[in-house]
Amino acid sequence: MTAEGWREVAGARSRPWAGTRRVVRRAGSGPWWIALGGLVVLVLLLGAGAADQRADFSQAFLPPSAEHPFGTDQAGRDLLTRSLAGARVSLLVGLVAALVSSVVGVVVGGLAGSLASRGRGVVDGALMRLVDAVNALPHLVLGIVIVALLGPSLGSVILSVALTHWTTTARLVRAELLALQGAGFVEAAVGAGAGRWWVLSRHLLAHVLGRVVLATVLMVPHAIMHESALSFLGLGLPDDQASLGTIIEQSRTAVLAGHWWPAVLPGLLLVALSLAVFALGERLRPASRGRS
Amino acid sequence: MRLRERLHPARSPLTGLVVGRLLLLPVLVAAVTLVMFALAQRTPFDPVLASLGERALTMDGPTLEAMRARVGDTGAVQQWAAWWGNALQGDLGASSSQRAPVATVIAQRLPWTLGLMSAALVLAVLGGVLVGGLAGTRPGSWADRLAGGGLLSLQAAPPFWLGLVAVWVSAVWLGWLPTGGATSPGSGAVRPLDVLSHAVLPVLVLALSQLPWFGLVVRDATRDALAGVPVRAGWARGIATSRLLRQHAVRPALLPLVTVLGVRVPELITGAVLVETVFSWPGVASATVDSALRLDFPLLAALTVLTTVLVVLGNLAADVAYRVVDPRVGQRDG
Repeated sequence: MTAEGWREVAGARSRPWAGTRRVVRRAGSGPWWIALGGLVVLVLLLGAGAADQRADFSQAFLPPSAEHPFGTDQAGRDLLTRSLAGARVSLLVGLVAALVSSVVGVVVGGLAGSLASRGRGVVDGALMRLVDAVNALPHLVLGIVIVALLGPSLGSVILSVALTHWTTTARLVRAELLALQGAGFVEAAVGAGAGRWWVLSRHLLAHVLGRVVLATVLMVPHAIMHESALSFLGLGLPDDQASLGTIIEQSRTAVLAGHWWPAVLPGLLLVALSLAVFALGERLRPASRGRS
Repeated sequence: MRLRERLHPARSPLTGLVVGRLLLLPVLVAAVTLVMFALAQRTPFDPVLASLGERALTMDGPTLEAMRARVGDTGAVQQWAAWWGNALQGDLGASSSQRAPVATVIAQRLPWTLGLMSAALVLAVLGGVLVGGLAGTRPGSWADRLAGGGLLSLQAAPPFWLGLVAVWVSAVWLGWLPTGGATSPGSGAVRPLDVLSHAVLPVLVLALSQLPWFGLVVRDATRDALAGVPVRAGWARGIATSRLLRQHAVRPALLPLVTVLGVRVPELITGAVLVETVFSWPGVASATVDSALRLDFPLLAALTVLTTVLVVLGNLAADVAYRVVDPRVGQRDG
């Protein structure tokens, strides 16, 4: 680096960088992120219109064209329609799984955080050990075990994702509750005669909710990845509920035959979908900080 | 982090940490297997059919019912205790999907997975440090923005998709790299060059899928270190840029890298499962998927225990390394 470049860097450093970076990211790349966020809505709306397509084997593996922008798959079905429907399944599974895992996380974290000062923190300690234990397992392997034993279905996929992803939220909620225990408004409520449960539900959980919403949104891309991986391994959703993972799994033999589009294009949609949800979460982040 | 704090390592940090974790390990493994056996009991999973495999097709109904009754009589806890009793004596049972004793299957396949994972990890860390370092020392430049966007997109790309793209580009299109397996069919012997050519794609894809985390962490840490007072003061005193980078950017950036390394072990295993499946790599990770698909319970149970042990040891190694790199850790609050 030249001396001048270096000076520029050093000068730029003198401002609190975290805030600047956030603003730059939000302002400078706004339209791009908004476009990605629009994709989520588009997938949800358009994917609903994709009815079951008839197989037509004379139309199998047509490369992308004006008529079929994503080409056709091994059964001659239009891949764009199929991918949008698959993306919708992926997104819905991701949303539900993230919601369920957040609920579990709030309950566990709320219990641990509010009981931390009671009974020498036995409940808190036990719950946090549970969190450590779940975190000590590779999520995909745990998911594989759960789906294999429960049998592949929408319910077991959602369950396996939710059961492996609640720990982040639990830790977050517990940490927030502990940090808030000495807050002025809590003391005021207690002084006014409010009970433990009242303070917890009306003050503490309300306070944590913003963070939890953000954590839930940021969990969705994880859940989508998890579901698509399970589906890709043949342990996820069946063909009539094909998610993007299922579609990519079905393209494996096609790729070896030199047909790139059944794998590459749905995969790009999956990447865009994850990025879009992630970007939405990042845009929510400053808003979620709230009053604390 | 929290676990380490709770194990109160203030007096003898390292041994306390290691002993605590190693004590936790058997409890964890026992709990995980117990849950597995309990789940297997109340599910469509049929241990009799699973253990018989194709032989079940030639058996008549009453014989099967009798076998079911015999297995069903014992509860999950008894089955679990029996499994552990055998396992501790070295008998892990027989794998129906691989048609071999579980211990043999693991002994044959584990080296392939460990080789794949360690090669990919080394490449991912080197690549991550390179990309992250380049981007972090030039904040706001086009290289920084390119690296940031690229790493985020790569992070969002599922490893199995990267694998398929790699198969298409490199093997089908260019046509000079094998697309699956670890040895050429027909050649019984394991020849180094042959294995190497088979390993290129899986290792590269696994490394690529792990690289973004390392890259992003190094980039942020470098950037923050350069923004810090020591670097600016050093620069004002005329200390050479290269020396400032080496002493004030590289070392602080190493800290989060080491932490991420430990946290990434589960993700590395996840990646290995997907990459091994895409490339038919003969490791334990692809065997996990096989055993799950074919309800090969003995193998699935043994592999779950193995991965749990790997993850706990990986986290432990990272925590120990973290203390070695940064002596302040563990001596603070305690």
